[in-house]
Amino acid sequence: MAELTAKFTALEGKFVAMPIDNVDTDQIIPARFLKTISKVGLGDQLFNDWRYNPDGGEKPEFLLNQAESKTRQILLAGDNFGCGSSREHAPWALTQYGFRALISTSFADIFKGNSMKNGLLPIVVPKDVHAWLFANPDSTVKIDLAAQTLTIADGRSVPFDVDPFAKNCLLEGVDELGYILKQDEAIRKFEAGRLGSLNTLAS
Amino acid sequence: MKPRTIIEKIWDRHLVAENPGAPALIYIDLHLVHEVTSPQAFSGLRERGIQVRRPDLTFGTVDHSSPTHSFLLPILDKVAETQILQFEKNCTEFGIPHFGYKHEKQGIVHVIGPEHGLTQPGMTVVCGDSHTATHGAFGALAFGIGTSQVEHVLATQCLLQQKSLTYEVRVDGVLKPGVSAKDIILALIARIGIGGGTGCVFEFTGSAIRSLSMEERMTVCNMAIEGGARAGLIAPDDTTYEFLAGRTFSPKGAEWDAAVARWKQLPTHEGAVYDRSISIDANELEPMITFGTNPGMGMPISGLIPDPASVTDSLERDSLKKALAYMNLEAGKPLVGQAVNVVFVGSCTNSRMSDLRAAASVMKGRKVAPGVRMMVVPGSQIIKRQAEAEGLDKIFREAGADWREAGCSMCIAMNGDQLSPGEYSVSTSNRNFEGRQGKGGRTFLASPLTAAASAVMGKVTDVRSLSEWPS
Repeated sequence: MAELTAKFTALEGKFVAMPIDNVDTDQIIPARFLKTISKVGLGDQLFNDWRYNPDGGEKPEFLLNQAESKTRQILLAGDNFGCGSSREHAPWALTQYGFRALISTSFADIFKGNSMKNGLLPIVVPKDVHAWLFANPDSTVKIDLAAQTLTIADGRSVPFDVDPFAKNCLLEGVDELGYILKQDEAIRKFEAGRLGSLNTLAS
Repeated sequence: MKPRTIIEKIWDRHLVAENPGAPALIYIDLHLVHEVTSPQAFSGLRERGIQVRRPDLTFGTVDHSSPTHSFLLPILDKVAETQILQFEKNCTEFGIPHFGYKHEKQGIVHVIGPEHGLTQPGMTVVCGDSHTATHGAFGALAFGIGTSQVEHVLATQCLLQQKSLTYEVRVDGVLKPGVSAKDIILALIARIGIGGGTGCVFEFTGSAIRSLSMEERMTVCNMAIEGGARAGLIAPDDTTYEFLAGRTFSPKGAEWDAAVARWKQLPTHEGAVYDRSISIDANELEPMITFGTNPGMGMPISGLIPDPASVTDSLERDSLKKALAYMNLEAGKPLVGQAVNVVFVGSCTNSRMSDLRAAASVMKGRKVAPGVRMMVVPGSQIIKRQAEAEGLDKIFREAGADWREAGCSMCIAMNGDQLSPGEYSVSTSNRNFEGRQGKGGRTFLASPLTAAASAVMGKVTDVRSLSEWPS
């Protein structure tokens, strides 16, 4: 059975705070780990070059190696998180480590789309909320996807935007490809109205 | 009808369905696939028991993990070999035309598309690779997608897509000698930052863009993603048509005339409004180089490395501090004169004939500085043979550079071509992220001219400071 989009409804808990802007996908998972032909086993390679010493041992001071991080499902990231390559291995590695939601002031386009397809919810918050969370790194947040709100520990309920279709896919665990396959009639109609081979298709 | 940009015209022509509560469904004219981001998508098709809907609109090549050493040697990395073999098996099984490892036309996916006339004006082009923006040089809407979307396109030839904002990047004027297309795009990214174009598609306009060759236009569009935009394009003109005429997949005869007539309808209407815009004066541009760990951390080559103390935003300041610590560079100092260990000429940004000719114009009669390793990696096997026919390989070899087989090579360092920890490179590629060219490696992004000049001098060098250049 094909893998469906992982469901996401609500999540409450503490977060891991990573105060670095422009974290690129080469940091999230270095390219040399992309030689795999499967999706499994990427969680151990998440942030590989920041996380391990040359001998392969964990760097104890690195955020994700700290005991409390390993139980947290929310990552508070710096601006423009996930920039760089289109590798979906980045959200695969993040979810396999245990993350279900990301909070930042912005995300790179391709990464954001890839995340939504893997049950990983990117939440964009205003700068002041972002700064407050970094100033209160041990606080608890509550994410309600249906209501599109992030409740932070000072009591504020912060609304966030999410594409309605992706939201529905996440809430219901709906398979996006299944939806597109059902558009077959529209696709056929479109194709019938055009010329059919590569060398003439640019009509 | 409201005046539209080329971006909106292409979008409108490819709308398959617009259902309430869902993003638009758009049709994809050309889907390029390679070995790294497709295996899990093919597995998905097998699990669902579905075929590739339009193998005739899909084209594959091996580039990222394939070695660029001599074909006489075996693939030493067995994990890479498995990936390459699996890719060839997937393409064969699903009926997708492809250039496998050692194929006489194999090359970097964004080099071979244009080389064979697969990429044409007005098309929608996707690939599981963020540098798909390259194909925008032809007036195509071309962008990178993730593996889930690769599966969607393989299965349906369609994508669910939100409409992007339009962003005009106008570049007027004339480039000075020693300043190239690479410097235009590095200057843009240095100005707007690597998130500056998020949510947008760039349209590059202006007299400086119009005067660029197709290869140079590809260099500019290639790095749209480094400016945060998923795509960047340039409206087609006579330069575009001259490049495309006679290529394998270009229309022929009466179909060609009809195609050109259609393509001439593509350019942005007079009076069309962009969501954002920026203007760059080409006359003022200098050769650019990056000093930090993202492509936005760039400056004119004669500049001084910026001081974190002068940055007000605390996260930004920390990022710059972290970058300079990683690069082991001192704020306030020039970058010119910084010793380098490796010079890399290649990648989907700068591996075409004009790039190799530019590098060779500097290398001719000169030697790579002692202790420096220079790798020249052509973008495709066809380019490799053409360069050899022109004697460029001889110039590089005689200078002491390594002339290699085609592929992504040290741009992404998946195939064994990489920096050692602490090494500095001047690279014509597109990303200087930490470890991008090998764990612990440090990258300065620049043009082929700057790279070649730096190879000869063994340190970061302004090509204009060399005597007798161009040679």
